[in-house]
Amino acid sequence: MSEINKADNTMPQVMREIFSGGLVRTVISVLLGFLVGALFMIGSNKEFIESLGYILARPGDAIGAAFAVVNDGYGALFRGAIYNADAETFEKAIRPLTETLRLGAPLIAAGLGIGLTFRVGLFNIGGTGQLIFGMIFATFVATRLELPFVLHMVVALIAGIVGAALLGAFVGFLKATTGAHEVILTIMFNYIALYFFTFLMRDPALLQESRASGNPKADPAAETALLPKLLGDNYSLHWGLIFALLAVVVFWWLMERSTIGYRLRMVGFNPDAARAAGINVEKTYILAMALSAGFVGVAAANQTLGTAIGVTPSSHANIGFDAITVALLGGSSGPGILLAGLLFGAFKAGAPSMQVIGVSPEVLGIVQGAIVLFIAAPPLIRALFRLPKPQTTNALESFRKRVFTRGGGSK
Amino acid sequence: MSTSKEIEVKVGLKSPIVMGSIGLLTLVFLGLLGRDGMVAFEISRRTDSLQLPTLDIDSSLLGVLSGLAMFALAAFSLSRAIKNLKTPIWVSIVFGAVGVTALLGWLAAEKSVPIAFIAGTALVLAVPIILGAMAGIMSERVGITNIAIEGQLLTGAFMAAVVSSITDNFLFGVIAAMVTSAFLSMILAIFSIKFLAQQIIVGVVLNVLVIGVTNFLYQQWLTEDAQNVNFPGTMDIIKIPVLSDIPLLGPVFFENRITVFLAILIVPTIWFILFKTRLGLRARAVGEHPLAADTVGINVGRTRFWWVTIGGSIAGLGGAALTIGNAGAFGREMSGGFGFIALAVVILGRWNPIYASLAALLFGFSIILRVWANQVSPGIPTDFITMVPYVVTIIAVVGFVGKSRPPKALAVPYVKG
Repeated sequence: MSEINKADNTMPQVMREIFSGGLVRTVISVLLGFLVGALFMIGSNKEFIESLGYILARPGDAIGAAFAVVNDGYGALFRGAIYNADAETFEKAIRPLTETLRLGAPLIAAGLGIGLTFRVGLFNIGGTGQLIFGMIFATFVATRLELPFVLHMVVALIAGIVGAALLGAFVGFLKATTGAHEVILTIMFNYIALYFFTFLMRDPALLQESRASGNPKADPAAETALLPKLLGDNYSLHWGLIFALLAVVVFWWLMERSTIGYRLRMVGFNPDAARAAGINVEKTYILAMALSAGFVGVAAANQTLGTAIGVTPSSHANIGFDAITVALLGGSSGPGILLAGLLFGAFKAGAPSMQVIGVSPEVLGIVQGAIVLFIAAPPLIRALFRLPKPQTTNALESFRKRVFTRGGGSK
Repeated sequence: MSTSKEIEVKVGLKSPIVMGSIGLLTLVFLGLLGRDGMVAFEISRRTDSLQLPTLDIDSSLLGVLSGLAMFALAAFSLSRAIKNLKTPIWVSIVFGAVGVTALLGWLAAEKSVPIAFIAGTALVLAVPIILGAMAGIMSERVGITNIAIEGQLLTGAFMAAVVSSITDNFLFGVIAAMVTSAFLSMILAIFSIKFLAQQIIVGVVLNVLVIGVTNFLYQQWLTEDAQNVNFPGTMDIIKIPVLSDIPLLGPVFFENRITVFLAILIVPTIWFILFKTRLGLRARAVGEHPLAADTVGINVGRTRFWWVTIGGSIAGLGGAALTIGNAGAFGREMSGGFGFIALAVVILGRWNPIYASLAALLFGFSIILRVWANQVSPGIPTDFITMVPYVVTIIAVVGFVGKSRPPKALAVPYVKG
């Protein structure tokens, strides 16, 4: 390290670029988020509060209690979300990880959708509404049509994507033609979609389950439409994960390699410049909202076809809102959203085992919120940790070239 | 129609068209195809000392009359549009009131409509929305988008319930709600003004954070020890002497909890400050053209900071109205989207405190109508009634009923050049 430093004057510049980059900031934000969560766990712990009464006499008790509760809480999260070392067999020990993947998949898909709009300079707060519209279409195909295996599933998946994309395109159309702000439109459509879905599930002639109880609930998806299990019947992980991963690849190609993506990003950078360059900005907004909602539709299909019990008005599981935090944490890039979706999927998977040991899993909501709060204000993190400002020279790239090309530093 | 004439008609025929179509729907579905049977509108409550006779009318006849009245309003709007004049806002208000009456009559065929009960409950339900909308107006008028109203309400609701329970004093509860909510708003203000963060993102994130914190504390603390920390009860209902004896108006407006009275006072106060004082003029200047405001010596950052913060404390009061002003205890995510409704109300009311409050009442009506409709005629799909205000908001936002124009510098951070 020191050798390179002596040999190369640009090294400090490289370090500055690394520390000003998004990755370090993201890691710091995640760690800070867990720290905030730990403080809440400690502050609400009975043993800790009791030991505060005699903290001056025996400070060790308070520190011990604090350490114990954080250790127990996050330990349970790890056991519930990654690897359960207490399980008898290896198969059971890794089940938590498969649950994380299963619960993370819809977050990834929906997160891609929200991230796409961020790249175009739009805010899609309507993930919930678009997800519900996708679920309406997918539920209709999955419960009211009879098709052979695989084909049924594919048609239902496409129906979910189309249903969501239609609502997205409609919002984009309203924005493009009237100038209405998409944030308000999408929030209103969240409610409209929810009540509309509830209405459909109240009427047996529409989507309500055949053995009608009073409650709004749809039939379970036909067996031919269910997403097949990925790792056999011992795990509930299903093909939803594969579709989410495919979505990541499609997203990456679309945004980074295709002409459409170039146009989308251009409008995001500067709509006026894009318009001057001959891009139809209004059409791009419609397209962006439709594509965004299309990704959310993958999550909708996942929610509808992933379980053998019928959907209810609450089956959207707040994924539409969580997707916003996923997209923010993932920096609106494909790989970032993949990792962020898995992290928040792990939170969902680990919640029950935290509940078991008596730590409210709601603390994970605080962690999630705190992480994105730190992400939302880069200058705050920079100020707190005295990180350098974003650098504009490309010393990092030249350093990488030197290290990763054969022959080291010789040019 | 010739092209030149189309250019002349700048106001457009959108609002008469929308009003006419809604009138037609009312005439056909609530009137001609409506339900038979008499409806009795009860003006006095059965407990009132002064009893007025009920107003009885046939349900379908009421539908027809309402439809015709709506046509008349649409025709008036059309005549204004032809003269290139905007439809005045009172037409929209009367139109909404006629629609609500027709709906009430349709729902309660062969039954009676307790007007005082419905209007009174609608007002109580609307108070958190009204106060949330005031927070929205105060921060958006100075150019800061406030998506965090939901979080501000939830904070207020939580603090009011907990502090009132612990101290056994509602006043402390209200103060705690307002102060904590103001602190929350300071985060929004500082992130937006100092760190130039995306305001919409900060708002969304604050909501996530507040929902997380209150859910955690509720689960870990309030449910364990509900008797001591989440058992505030509700404030006493105050009857204003003489005024509360007026039929209909008395029970609706003058027999309420202090939160409702405060809301009724706060709305015109904010309107007055915003539009009739130098303070309000400065605030609006900051929201419309911060550079110009800065040039004449107004401190843009400071103005924005205080309006957002004080707005937050008013939303905190709205939160207190949810718990100690209505429900009597804190419940998980009990603001249930009221903050987002408030956001819609701000736009529906064109960033004007008075109009926004009227729009909030529309939402209040839709909530109580759903509950009441289930009792008076079960089996009617109430989901559509609930949907109406949201659809109305979309119609307003896309500019069919008079374009609602936001402050010009909304969501634009100001960097001193």
